[in-house]
Amino acid sequence: MSVTNRLLAPGDRLREWWSGLSRVQKWAFGILLFGALALLPLYTPPFLDTPGISFGGTLAQFAMVAIIAIGLNVVVGQAGLLDLGYVGFYAVGAYTVALLTSPNSPWNKVTDTGPFSAPWAWLSCVPLAMAITALAGLILGIPTLRLRGDYLAIVTLGFGEVIRLMADNLSDITNGPRGLSRVAFPRLGESDKLPEGVFSNGNSSGHANYGTWWFWLGLVLIVVILLLVGNLERSRVGRAWVAIREDEDAAEVMGVNTFRFKLWAFVMGAAIGGLSGALYAGQVQYVAPPSFNIINSMLFLCAVVLGGQGNKLGVIFGAFIIVYLPNRLLGVHFLGINMGDLKYLFFGLALVVMMIFRPEGLFPARAQLLAYGKAARDWLRTPPVEKDPAT
Amino acid sequence: MIHECVDQYACLAANINFNLEGLRIGFWQLTIDGLSWGAIYALVAVGYTLVFGVLRLINFAHSEIFMLGMFGAYFALDVIMGFTPSGNAYNKGIALTVLYLGLAMLFAMLVSGSAAVGLEFVAYRPLRRRNARSLTFLITAIGASFVMQEFVHFILPHIIKGYGGSNAQQPIILVQPKTQFHIFSATVSNVTIVIIVAALIFAILTDFAINRTKFGRGIRAVAQDSTTATLMGVSRERIIMTTFLIGGLLAGAAALLYTLKVPQGIIYSGGFLLGIKAFSAAVLGGIGNLRGALLGGLLLGIMENYGQAVFGTQWRDVVAFVLLVLVLLFRPTGILGESLGKARA
Repeated sequence: MSVTNRLLAPGDRLREWWSGLSRVQKWAFGILLFGALALLPLYTPPFLDTPGISFGGTLAQFAMVAIIAIGLNVVVGQAGLLDLGYVGFYAVGAYTVALLTSPNSPWNKVTDTGPFSAPWAWLSCVPLAMAITALAGLILGIPTLRLRGDYLAIVTLGFGEVIRLMADNLSDITNGPRGLSRVAFPRLGESDKLPEGVFSNGNSSGHANYGTWWFWLGLVLIVVILLLVGNLERSRVGRAWVAIREDEDAAEVMGVNTFRFKLWAFVMGAAIGGLSGALYAGQVQYVAPPSFNIINSMLFLCAVVLGGQGNKLGVIFGAFIIVYLPNRLLGVHFLGINMGDLKYLFFGLALVVMMIFRPEGLFPARAQLLAYGKAARDWLRTPPVEKDPAT
Repeated sequence: MIHECVDQYACLAANINFNLEGLRIGFWQLTIDGLSWGAIYALVAVGYTLVFGVLRLINFAHSEIFMLGMFGAYFALDVIMGFTPSGNAYNKGIALTVLYLGLAMLFAMLVSGSAAVGLEFVAYRPLRRRNARSLTFLITAIGASFVMQEFVHFILPHIIKGYGGSNAQQPIILVQPKTQFHIFSATVSNVTIVIIVAALIFAILTDFAINRTKFGRGIRAVAQDSTTATLMGVSRERIIMTTFLIGGLLAGAAALLYTLKVPQGIIYSGGFLLGIKAFSAAVLGGIGNLRGALLGGLLLGIMENYGQAVFGTQWRDVVAFVLLVLVLLFRPTGILGESLGKARA
């Protein structure tokens, strides 16, 4: 057993344990974990708290990045397409909501009544944002997914940068670098103290601040997306993705329409990215180009790679590391260097080191048979019935 | 907020110009400037193309090798030769200036070259030993690129005072751009001459090294068929090392030329865009093909300038990306085709 295997053994053991559970047990643990996570911002253990910044806000950010990581995992982990411009989809989602609801935008559609009235505007924009982002994924995917894998990385990188440049340059629509403010958000729990509801940034004190509420919303969405993506993974589509990831030529020969399934993964991932962008726009209520810097794409990728490509629960943990550590280290000084600043350095180092010693991530996705695979594996692993194999 | 455009959809058009007249008037000037940009792209593109040709790997971190070269050049001028960033140009006469620039370039090449070889040694070689997937290489490259950028961003200021950090270095200007002569209606400045001449020398040297020397033959052999080349007694590891070295050296040279053109561009994030463009240039010419990279670089520089004149300065970077996508769509093998092994043909 090599040193890295021993060092990372908890990840493997956890993975083994989880795979060994029955479906009912998985659900039971899932619900327990969900409850524990949901209560986390209300009863924060002191060692987990982020002193420099609101813990609820950190968790809200975590929920968004987790959604992104699940979406990117479909593209990178499942289908094996390296998408470096994922932040572009995030931006498209956020800007869709902002352009439709911000008073700074010429395309502001907010009215007094109907689906675009203030209480409903955000909610009506979410499906729109997902649809438009999916469309963006389709438009980008159709020409580029026919390319060799490594070209795809660069073209998507270019896409991410072009989206940001457009947000910057089309200043008559996007208000340029000044950004769009007063974006719509859900109005829930309006009271005298909080005239705009619990999701507004006026709700900034205490444990149940607006960050916490957004975290709860994100958590629910994560569960929904996990169910959707999990079902896709176990379906014919998921099997096609894995086949393409492992060997595209072989998959093609076996009759998998590789281009169609790659496009499917790409569009799927884009739509999920758009959803996260819509969440972001609603939470921050302000959208400006610098938030969509291309370096964020790398950070998202880092979440997926650290957590374990192809393992949708692993990448959520990856997202937690990516968001939590920089916020935790904010303001912690070491040798006169603010450790919070060094996040990209550490994550870059982590990427390099992981790729050398453990390219499959902290919680590797086991290359297992899908669909009826679990039953088949159990059957194969039952010890042979013959009593005396030696003779 | 009042919008100048009348119709809400007219807003979309308001930020994109379509100014063909500007292109017609400035045509020669744009071409000359584009050539000097293109010369820089070409030198960086060679690094991408050689590594890709030999290893089938996009060395994503090459842009950071270039960035380190800029800091190397600055360090040489600042600390070793004692120029201080004063804002005014030192006009030392042609011979001395060329000497100083040459020394700074040498140092930049040293920094970039050793960084490239170091990167190969630390990050890529272990992966080759493990027979990693190409996705793994790419992710490593991205990680390495992060590490180098952030090293300059946050660690370097603590090692050498006044270097790195969030702001660009104070420019040290050795030569003030001055018009030397006219071609058609275009002015040609001394900086442009230095850039184009230097790039030309390096291009010819590299082409000679790849196509006429024993080492070059080794590189071409490994690019064509690495197993057979190994059987024929070519040391693959040494060839790979040399490839990275050549790419790094040229990136260092390009870095100095770039700082002549954009003295205020020495910043930790300064390599990123240039790197993507140089990569686009390599693809444009046919990645893996040496002469393709040189040609692609020049073409990209010129096209970008034309695009900038037509659509507006702020769209300059978008032009390069769109060009990349178009090339990949219609001729994914680039203008001159992809093979480094057959580059001589």
